[in-house]
Amino acid sequence: MATATLILSGIAITLAILLMLAARYFSSSTNEVVEKIETLLPRIQCAQCGYPGCRPYAKAIAEENAEINLCPPGGDETVRRLANFLGREFSPVTEPVKAANLNTVALISEELCIGCNLCSQACPVDAIVGVHQRMHTVISEHCTGCRLCVSPCPVDCISLIPRHG
Amino acid sequence: MQFTITKAPYVKPITSIPIVMRHVLYALIPALAAYIWFFGFGICINILIACIAAVVSEAFMLYLRKQPITQGITDGSALVTAVLIAFSIPPLVPWWIPVIGTFSAIILAKHLYGGIGANVFNPAMVGYAILLLSFPVEMTHWAPPLAEELGYEVLGFWSTIIYALSSSLPIDTNIDAITQATPLDMIKSGIKNNSTITEIRMDPLFGKLGSFGWEWISIYTIFGGLYLLYKGIINWHIPVSVLTSMMIFSALFYAIDSDQYLSPGFHLLSGSTIIGAFFIATDPTSAATSNKGRLIYGFGIGSLAYAIRTWGGFPDGFAFAVLLMNSSVPLLDRYTRPRIYGKS
Amino acid sequence: MVKNHIAKSFTGGIKLNANKNVSSSKTIAEQFIPSKLIIPMSHQFGPDAIPIVKVNQRIKKGELIGEPADKNALAVHASCSGQVTAIEQHQEPIVGEVSSSTCVIIQTNKDDDVSHQKKYWPRDTQTRLNLINQAGIVGLGGGSFPTAEKLNSKSLNCELLILNGAECEPFISCDDVLMREHATEVLRGGMAMMELVGASAILVCIEDDKPEALNAVYDAAGQLNSKLIQIVTLPTRYPAGGEKQLIEAVTGKEVPSGEYPINIGFICQNVGTAYALDRYIQLGEPQINRVVTVTGQGIKNPQNVLVPIGSPISELISFCGGYNDDVSHLILGGNMMGYSLHTDELPVTKATNCILAINKSQEEKSTQIWPCIRCGDCASVCPAKLLPQRIVKAYTNKNFNKLEELGLKDCIECGCCDVVCPSHIPLTASFKNAKYLTEEATTHSLLANEAEMRHNLKKIRLSKEQMKVDRLHAELKSNVRGDNRKSMINDAVNRSRKLRNKK
Repeated sequence: MATATLILSGIAITLAILLMLAARYFSSSTNEVVEKIETLLPRIQCAQCGYPGCRPYAKAIAEENAEINLCPPGGDETVRRLANFLGREFSPVTEPVKAANLNTVALISEELCIGCNLCSQACPVDAIVGVHQRMHTVISEHCTGCRLCVSPCPVDCISLIPRHG
Repeated sequence: MQFTITKAPYVKPITSIPIVMRHVLYALIPALAAYIWFFGFGICINILIACIAAVVSEAFMLYLRKQPITQGITDGSALVTAVLIAFSIPPLVPWWIPVIGTFSAIILAKHLYGGIGANVFNPAMVGYAILLLSFPVEMTHWAPPLAEELGYEVLGFWSTIIYALSSSLPIDTNIDAITQATPLDMIKSGIKNNSTITEIRMDPLFGKLGSFGWEWISIYTIFGGLYLLYKGIINWHIPVSVLTSMMIFSALFYAIDSDQYLSPGFHLLSGSTIIGAFFIATDPTSAATSNKGRLIYGFGIGSLAYAIRTWGGFPDGFAFAVLLMNSSVPLLDRYTRPRIYGKS
Repeated sequence: MVKNHIAKSFTGGIKLNANKNVSSSKTIAEQFIPSKLIIPMSHQFGPDAIPIVKVNQRIKKGELIGEPADKNALAVHASCSGQVTAIEQHQEPIVGEVSSSTCVIIQTNKDDDVSHQKKYWPRDTQTRLNLINQAGIVGLGGGSFPTAEKLNSKSLNCELLILNGAECEPFISCDDVLMREHATEVLRGGMAMMELVGASAILVCIEDDKPEALNAVYDAAGQLNSKLIQIVTLPTRYPAGGEKQLIEAVTGKEVPSGEYPINIGFICQNVGTAYALDRYIQLGEPQINRVVTVTGQGIKNPQNVLVPIGSPISELISFCGGYNDDVSHLILGGNMMGYSLHTDELPVTKATNCILAINKSQEEKSTQIWPCIRCGDCASVCPAKLLPQRIVKAYTNKNFNKLEELGLKDCIECGCCDVVCPSHIPLTASFKNAKYLTEEATTHSLLANEAEMRHNLKKIRLSKEQMKVDRLHAELKSNVRGDNRKSMINDAVNRSRKLRNKK
């Protein structure tokens, strides 16, 4: 009885030490983890998570400073994938209503635009062009439908339309 | 005019899981008839008990897993498992043997792995293996076939039921008087005692080809197997490769030393070779899915079963052979994946 | 003497209840003229045609009404004589769904004025291909691929022209009756195609459940007395008429994944297309009609009809006696690969080979779905040699890499796996959706890559601008130090005063 107990505890302790060493020396570097997390995110740079772009958010997740359910465009699907990858608990996305959607693009109503330039400053991917005091327009091929330009517009002239058609 | 929209194809599926399971049960009828003829109706009690246990445990597990209960029970897969367990245990056993066997099959081997279609191991064989390892005494007491004609004491109708329910025998009998080791068991212990096969086979328990009684049950089981093949429910690959490999190995060793090794005919027609080849190894969920994989899978089962029978610690290694090959299925499937049309 | 070949078969596939006699026992009804035509300007491949007629304009049968958008595009012709009543958006069935496109609506009259006449058939290949486009000829097998484009072998060498008369889908018999009644025209059209692509022989492939068609083609081939025509009998098994399966069956070769038959030296054409080409060469008639099988238990008088393109399906059904009472589904195409329509107010297009009306009991699929039991039956019937059970699992997990690896793109959506699945899993529907999702995911990931790059560029730009501003500030700060300080402050105060005075 005593021998069995000793042997089993011995095995357990040895394995625990091995696991500890493995965790220390074979852990993937934070950079790799950040990159992997970034590929799981939609990468449309909408900043709705509160971080200025997908990579900063991925970094925050990797350092366990951020929840994994802050990405509205990714939706629950992304949270599930992140939860799977990181072994963290799943919870539904916060504010899914305002979700950015890759299937939509922003459209500036040309009659209303006053050329204030605020939208083009807000655009994370430089997809809005226009000269100060002149009408602005969206290059729809580059637009990710992130909606970041919508709220800065003082005359509410930006709307989102389906990408095709 | 407005029409309903549904997805193609607009053809009724030619079969369904309940139909498949029903045909498997039909196919077992000839074997059951032969079984009753040789061993009495003890098996019917076992089938009944196992089926009740199967339905109860299936319903319970489906409830726990929050799955639709009626659909799960009516698909008939639990019944097939229960009947196969009843076929593999001795006809005269206390009631809790089939119950424990079925519970372990349904709960452990089936639902803990994710229910129908997700089990890695053949549920019936897991149930049987657990029984064999846990209750070796009860599992090796077989009533001899056609006991009365061979001069053995026979239990009456009521005594059988009483034994099954309370494990108590009439006062003037004891279990050793009405049961016997199986022929495969006798061969195993006989060879250990340095007897030759010919000497051992003098016992009336042995028939012309295999063991008396079992050889006929096996032959009737073949009819059921052929029915399944005809109905397209099983493919020929697994039964053929199981039987071929069994035959190749037994013939090889029989040719080397016929006093130490049994003849191919004996191997094919004793124990669970036939029912295993046609009904157990062909369980689609735990078998390989490609034809090439099926051939390797069957070959593995046949050769492992032969090896366990001949050199292993158990008289009939079929269950263990199946379980071992089950665990190799993911690998087989991976390496026998067919080449996609137009891809090199 | 015409050679008789019996082909082996292809991998996978199933035997189905053909149900063809319902419609093939009668001859083609050729007198159907609808009261109105809805002629779509769109094509399944290539740009839409531009309508060149005006409302109220009187037009003749065969007259050009839609001009090709560019020199490789297809023209559209009026399929009956009459008067244009409108040019508007109308729904039409296109590749598995119903969508809107510009259509010319024509009120027909019974005059049947014909505008087209026999034209000169030139010798030059390119001119011929252009003429085929101007006649609006597309493949009639159901894909509507422009025939000229398919026959344009470019630099690739075409050894063999395969005329596909297999017609494996249940219920459909339009190619069957066409071959019975117009075998000579079909073969003549085939010879013209062969000449065009420079092939050395034609293989006419017909399933062995069409003995009348086989005999007719034999006789016609005997009359034409050409050694280049060979006839191949195929064992009847669905989907023998699939282009890739047909090629596997008759030549033993496989079309490489993602490529066309011409890459291995074959061109496959439907017999109906050959007939249409012959009509054009002999009579100058553009492709303005096609044989459509109207069949199913939901139709009173099932038969094959020569239908002017653009005829409303509802009128075609009335021509065939109307619906039976218990009809529940209207299917365009056969019951394996067709798709159901919600209404019959749609035009017949060049892709419409069959209108199938069935009742509930025929379509009935149990709503009960069991989990996959890994029986592998789906894999054994898959003509593309895929593993449907694994693909459907990857689809549920949205594992796009796995889907790609398992060869989702090579699925021909034949539906065989659905028929044999004991668990009644909607496999083909899942695969269609999986293909759509994969495509979406690919475009999204491209978009995301670009967004990431542009975002990083923007960050670099902003930080550069910030650095510039910082540098300027630093410069100013260093200038302001020491003796300069007082004079600079004075200058600044003066400047601001000047500005204020100006105002």
